[in-house]
Amino acid sequence: MDILSTIAAQLTEKRELPAFKAGDTITVHFKIKEGEKERIQQYQGVVIQRKGTGVTRTFTVRKISNSIGVERIFPDNSPFIDKIDVNKKGVVRRARIFYIRELKGKKARIKEKLA
Amino acid sequence: MSGIIGKKIGMTSLYSAAGKNIPCTVIEAGPCVVTQVRTIEKDGYSAVQLAFEEKKEKHTSAAMKGHFSKASTTPKRKIAEFRHFDSERTLGETVTVELFSEGEYVDVIGTSKGKGFQGVVKRHGFSGVGMATHGQHNRLRAPGSLGASSYPSRVFKGMRMAGRTGGSRVKIQNLEVLKVIPEQNLIVIQGAVPGPKGSYVMLEK
Repeated sequence: MDILSTIAAQLTEKRELPAFKAGDTITVHFKIKEGEKERIQQYQGVVIQRKGTGVTRTFTVRKISNSIGVERIFPDNSPFIDKIDVNKKGVVRRARIFYIRELKGKKARIKEKLA
Repeated sequence: MSGIIGKKIGMTSLYSAAGKNIPCTVIEAGPCVVTQVRTIEKDGYSAVQLAFEEKKEKHTSAAMKGHFSKASTTPKRKIAEFRHFDSERTLGETVTVELFSEGEYVDVIGTSKGKGFQGVVKRHGFSGVGMATHGQHNRLRAPGSLGASSYPSRVFKGMRMAGRTGGSRVKIQNLEVLKVIPEQNLIVIQGAVPGPKGSYVMLEK
């Protein structure tokens, strides 16, 4: 196991992302290749989980797009992530806030953590 | 063809130059010692016997001690023969992971994970019988009919049924070598490899 994590770390370029956790609202600036051209798309939503360890760590971002819930999983070390902005820190009581999927409207709000 | 014995370390993923996330297996391969050279004149076929991983002398039988001392090496845990080795190998020579290079395709042989006694759905990919509703009950994962009735009045040999699953020798062909790390005797191969972590695997090319 130890050899595995060290080797995996050697083979993958480590990225420094800002600290965020479930309940936070973030904007992911994601690079998208269209033919030859590359552009940056912004994806804003609530982080509903952080999963995995080391180089295979990922996070899931949920947003409501045209009244349809969309969830997207990003690997932490993806070279396509340009940068991440943490817009809001949320107050939640658990590490994985899947209950938010069942909530609508005013109930789906997350209380903001004030510094 | 040539090959080497290794040990599965585990799986991880890495990114290709194009940014693709590639699942890969890390294998500790070699160094292996040539403990016997089989020739057509003497044995009727040509092969190279390799031995991998140290073993305590007190756990080695006298007969095997003699076999290893012939190759003037210490006792080893795993022994395997590789047919038709590309290059001439001499007794006592070491084979390292440098045998392989990045971008090459290899076959990996291992013993798959044992699953115990399993039904036909898991073992042979049957889809079970009928529907879950409309009065149907307790036949969801059943095999269905085993054949015709009065003729042949028997079940054909080789009929796929429930039974012990996994734990068999499996060869996965054409896996790409992504990385070779000779300092640590490691090789990184694209995709999955049969067997649990820590199990022995044979790499062939």
